[in-house]
Formats: sequence, C-alpha cells, structure tokens
Amino acid sequence: MSTVAIRVQGLGKHYRLGHQQPYDTLRDALTSIARTRLASLRQATGAVEPGQSTKEAIWALRDVSFSVEQGEVVGIIGRNGAGKSTLLKVLSRITLPTEGEVDIRGRVKSLLEVGTGFHHELTGLENIYLSGAILGMRKKEIDRKLDEIVAFAEVDRFIDTPVKRYSSGMQVRLAFAVAAHLEPEVLLVDEVLAVGDARFQRKCLAKMEDVGQHGRTVLFVSHNTAAITRLCPRAVLLDEGRVVQDGPSHEVVGVYLRSDLGTRAAREWPDPDTAPGDEVVRLCAVRVRGADGEISDALDIRHPIRIEMEYEVLRPGEVLVPNLHFTNEEGVYVFVAADFHDPEWRGRRRQPGRYVSTATIPQNFLAEGGILVGAAITSFNPDTVHLYEREAVAFHVLDSLEGDAARGEFAGQMPGVVRPLLPWTTELVREGGPS
Amino acid sequence: MGVRISVKQPDRAELATLGVARPAGAAEADVPDAAPLMRIRPARGRARLHLGELWSYRELLYFLAWRDVKVRYKQATLGVAWVILQPILTVTLFTILFGRLLKAPSEGVPYAVFVFAALLPWQLFATALNQSGNSLVVNQQLITKVYFPRILLPVASVLAGLIDFGVAFLVLLVLLFYYGIVPSAAVALLPLFLLAALGTGLAAGLWLSALNARYRDVQHLLPFLTQFWFFATPIAYSSTLVPESWRTVLGLNPMAGVAEGFRWALLGQELTVGPLILVSVGLSTALLVGGLLYFLRMETTFADVV
Repeated sequence: MSTVAIRVQGLGKHYRLGHQQPYDTLRDALTSIARTRLASLRQATGAVEPGQSTKEAIWALRDVSFSVEQGEVVGIIGRNGAGKSTLLKVLSRITLPTEGEVDIRGRVKSLLEVGTGFHHELTGLENIYLSGAILGMRKKEIDRKLDEIVAFAEVDRFIDTPVKRYSSGMQVRLAFAVAAHLEPEVLLVDEVLAVGDARFQRKCLAKMEDVGQHGRTVLFVSHNTAAITRLCPRAVLLDEGRVVQDGPSHEVVGVYLRSDLGTRAAREWPDPDTAPGDEVVRLCAVRVRGADGEISDALDIRHPIRIEMEYEVLRPGEVLVPNLHFTNEEGVYVFVAADFHDPEWRGRRRQPGRYVSTATIPQNFLAEGGILVGAAITSFNPDTVHLYEREAVAFHVLDSLEGDAARGEFAGQMPGVVRPLLPWTTELVREGGPS
Repeated sequence: MGVRISVKQPDRAELATLGVARPAGAAEADVPDAAPLMRIRPARGRARLHLGELWSYRELLYFLAWRDVKVRYKQATLGVAWVILQPILTVTLFTILFGRLLKAPSEGVPYAVFVFAALLPWQLFATALNQSGNSLVVNQQLITKVYFPRILLPVASVLAGLIDFGVAFLVLLVLLFYYGIVPSAAVALLPLFLLAALGTGLAAGLWLSALNARYRDVQHLLPFLTQFWFFATPIAYSSTLVPESWRTVLGLNPMAGVAEGFRWALLGQELTVGPLILVSVGLSTALLVGGLLYFLRMETTFADVV
C-alpha cells in the first residue's frame, strides 16, 4: 500500500523585488542587480515613477500542486529562476509560503548546499559534528557513522587539521560525506553536485541512487537532465513558478529539451542579420540527432550521434571546411573534427546555395556526461574563420547499465573523457602454478 | 520518439557486489506507521514558542554555543588567557582612574573588588548583547540554507559567554579570598542575578538581532549602545552617588539592578538599593517577553530579508 509522503496544494510564494531578493545563485544575484540597476535608470530618466520599482513583485511560485508517494524519487527541472530552489526552500521550511499548503509525512532533511555550517577555523572532525548537527543528525548518530564518513570523504590523514588548510576538493568531499550519511524519510536535494571533481560527483550520484533505493522519498533539483533521467523515474518541469509538465522523467526531460527552456539539441538562426557568418557563408542551423534521426539531447552511448550543420553559401569560389569542437562539462576540450575528407567536396569550390554537412560520432566513443558543441566554417589559403559559434548546441551522453556498453555491468565511477568498447583477448599461455 | 534512454537502475544486489558505497546496517529507512506529519502553511495569527520543538533541537543549541566558544579563541595566540586578562586589565585601569585618582567611594570594600563584582555580570551582558545582536547576520548562510528554530542562534551566543563568565568568576573568588571578604547569606540569590544578567542580554539580543536582520544599521549602533549603557550602569561608581529619590529611576536600566545585586550578594554589605533591584528585574522580564514576541513574529521572514 502506498501512502502520500509530500502533498503540495496551490502553493505560491511572493517576493517583493528591490526590498527582499531571493538570491539563490550568483547568477540570480547578478541578474537581479542588473534588473534593479535598470529600474533605477528608468526611474532616473523619468520612465517610471519613483517608488514603483521598489514595489515590483514577483511570484516565485504560483499554483503549484503535486504529490509524491512514499519511496518515490522525483526530479525537479527547469531553467534558472523557474522556482526550483524556492520550492525546496518552502518544503524545507526555510521560508514560508504566501499561499497554499504543504503536508509532509516523515522526517525531512534538506541539502540545499554542500558544506552548510562549515567553519574554516575548525578541524575536519569538529566540522563533521557541527555540520551533522546543523543538518539534523543526533550526536550519537554521528558517533556511530564517524568512521564511515571519514572514509567516504577520503580525508582520514587530515581529520585534525583545520579545514581552511584543505583544498577546495577536500572541503567538498568532507561536506558531502556528512550529508550523504543523513538518513531521513524525506530528502530534499538542490543542485549540490555542481561542485567537486567528476570522479567524486559520480561517487555521490551512486550514493544517491542508493538513498533512493532504501524506500526514502527524494526530491532532487538539477540542471543535469542526464542525472535526472538516471536517478528519478518521475520528473516535474517548472517554468516561471508553475508546473508545466509532470510525468515519467524521460518524457518530461524530452519536453524540456524540445522546448526553448532547456539546453538545446537544435538551434536555428532564421534571421540573416543575427546569424553567425560573414559575406561568404552564414550559419542557418545546428542539430543533434540520435540513431533514429530524431533531434535529441539525451543520447545513448551505444548508438551513433549525428551533428548536423546547415549553412548558406552567399559568395561563390571558396573551398569551405566545416568543423565541430567538442568540450565536456568540466571544460575539457575533447576533440575537434573538420571535414577534410569528403570525396565529393574535397578541394572543390562551392556554389551559392544551402548546404547540410553531417558528422557522425561513432557509438561507444564519448564518455557519459554533457557535451558542448561549437560549430565553425573555415577556409584555407589564406586561413579565414568565416564563422565560429562556440556554444551552438549541447547534448548529454547517457551510459547504459545493461551490460553491453564499455562499462559492462559495473555501476561505479569510470573516469575518462572517452569510453570506447575495446575488443579484448585473453589467452592462457601456460597451465599450472609458478614454475 | 528519440533514442531509448536507459533508466534502468542497478538493483541492490548489484550495487553491493560492485562495492558502491552503502552503509552497512542501513537497510530500509524505517518509516513508522505514524510518521510525523508536518504542515506548512502561510504565516498567520500569533507567533508561538514551540517548546517541544526547541527541546528536540537541544543538541544543535549545544553545538552552536560550542562553535562560538571554540572559534573565538582558536586563532588567538594567548587563547583562553584572554578570558582572565580582559577583566583584570579593565579592573586595573578603573582602580587607577576612579579608585586612586578620582577617589570614588566604594562602600567600604577595596575599589578593585567593588568594580570587579559589578564588571563580571556586565561583561557577560555586553558579550551577550553584541554576539547575539549579530548572530542572525553572521549566520545568514545557515538561515538561508537549512531550517531550525532561529531563536537557537541568539540563545547560543548568550550561552557561549557563560564560559568566559565562569573563568572570570574564579578570578573574583581569588580576589575575595585575598581581601578576606566573606559574602553574606545574600549569596544564595546570586544565581537569580546571574539569570537576570542573561535574561537582559538575551532580551536585548533578541530585539537587536531581529532588527539587524532587516536593518543593517543596527550593527553600527551596537558599539555605541554598549558604551552608553556601560556608563549608565553603576559599575565604576556606586548607585548611592545618585540622590536617594532618583535611585529607583536608575533601576529603569535593568543592568543597574544586576550590578548592584551582584555586589550585594558577593560583598556581604547591607542592602541599600532594594527598590532599584526590583524595578530592574521587573523591567528586564518585560523586555525579555517583548523581545521574544517580536523575534517570533519576525522569525518566519529572516530567510527572505537577511
């Protein structure tokens, strides 16, 4: 029998800008500052009556209703400022709603930030107790889990060193280790995996998958749609404080990605004036397609990925080389691919017209994670870059746990920017014990 | 539809065999049938103090106070020695300035002891006022990221000052012994005056921290307020310097009663300022109740305004 763990009914949260600002991230803070500046500028030029700008109000959440069964793991997605963080703040009682109601059954712990309550003057050990207590752990519970926390954080040698002497990576590991050992019935997690190195992020993801499988109810906010589809069977899409879509996460993520809310698997420049390019060639569109030809930004590692560039040649006579630049989430330049080899166009001058060039990334090549694609068109002799759109499109590679990809049935962290499925051979060259 | 997205998750046996971190003994989260139900509703009506909830957060209160104490002396080379040095230096200065040069009357006891007995609760109060007045602003990172009853912050700041008080109190005992001063039976009331000092400090802290969260001007006001309040309190002087008809008015300053109360309880003199003490304690209680109500009313908005 299932019971409702979280019931949200008609929830609304109202903020007055200029007077009180919900700073969630630096980016939010900066846009908010920009907005305030703009408002005061308008005020100074007389476009707005004085006082009006300071009373500007926004609904960070409005008419939000959904319920979560006990044991369900639900992802919350949406772009910056969609209300994701505000929702978690209301659910974790940090701020009160303006209207509506929430009922939560079970002990709630929330993790809105890694390292809440850490004090840099205190030692690692002291911080484990302080942070644990702040996150809602009993002292006895911390005593019991201490060894495990220290081992998870991989900081055992430095446990009596003040954390101000830790590297930032160590601080994050220690902070997350404390948080990872919470045992609530309802866990609310904000985008906390945006920090730390990739290897530790994977370890945390594994730990959270683990949490989700212990009958706990988890609400998980993230920009990382790959993580959402992997961790959460169900997702809720928020936009401008309202629920846009609620359902199986691959469907909701699909809606998010196809809409202009998410990272883009396809981008078009319909307006020639704003399109990247020069008098020779102009970019029209860049698209990411899966094996079946559909535009998608969540792609299975076991299938080829096609990147398509559509462009308009305006002036005849140039030998054009389309090229694509691939960068991963950690900013590692994975590779660049240029079309020097197409037998039909190699060394051939282009006539004006519309062209589509497609590059196919083989299956079992890129490691799982986000990839940012830059699109450029170059000609040589003299070397000229006609256009270079650095963040043209983006997609996520999803690894498979079904045993037929490079990771086999291994569910742990696999480092590296590529993940090829290599042919292996093993021969028994001599039988018996050592000779 | 696009490429099929693998949403299969490894089952538990798989995870266990692969050695993915999973705490031993952390089996199913035990959700009791009668799991606590938490209702979140928009703020309306009267603010209430949830004593049961506060009790469940007692460990956090301890850790917050412990942190404040620990951090305060962590970087100081002399460390805890400051706790003893501070009152001794102040008393020495006052003894030279007021006791020797100005020859302030000290009710028949050595001036140093006379000052120290009143300085003791004053320092407890001043620390409480300043630390708790800033407690919400200093901890804004916590307030915006995790829930707990906000009142723990000013209360923890007040309690942290008790450690300093304890050490300084031992110094006073040494001084009393040195001068051969024996307290009268009134010493039994000392805990009451200590409570009054804490209560007054907390009252001021509650008012100021809640105001400080919204109006940062308060943090600039705190040093002036402390200095002004110090001279308005009979510490370096005796309240008997004030004409008798006005003495009870002096009690409108709650710390006046505390300072005189400490002297009376410790120095074994006759009680000359009874009404003053009564007025002080009464006022201090009123201030505390008011501060508590104001704090609780503002509590729900701290995360939005701080």
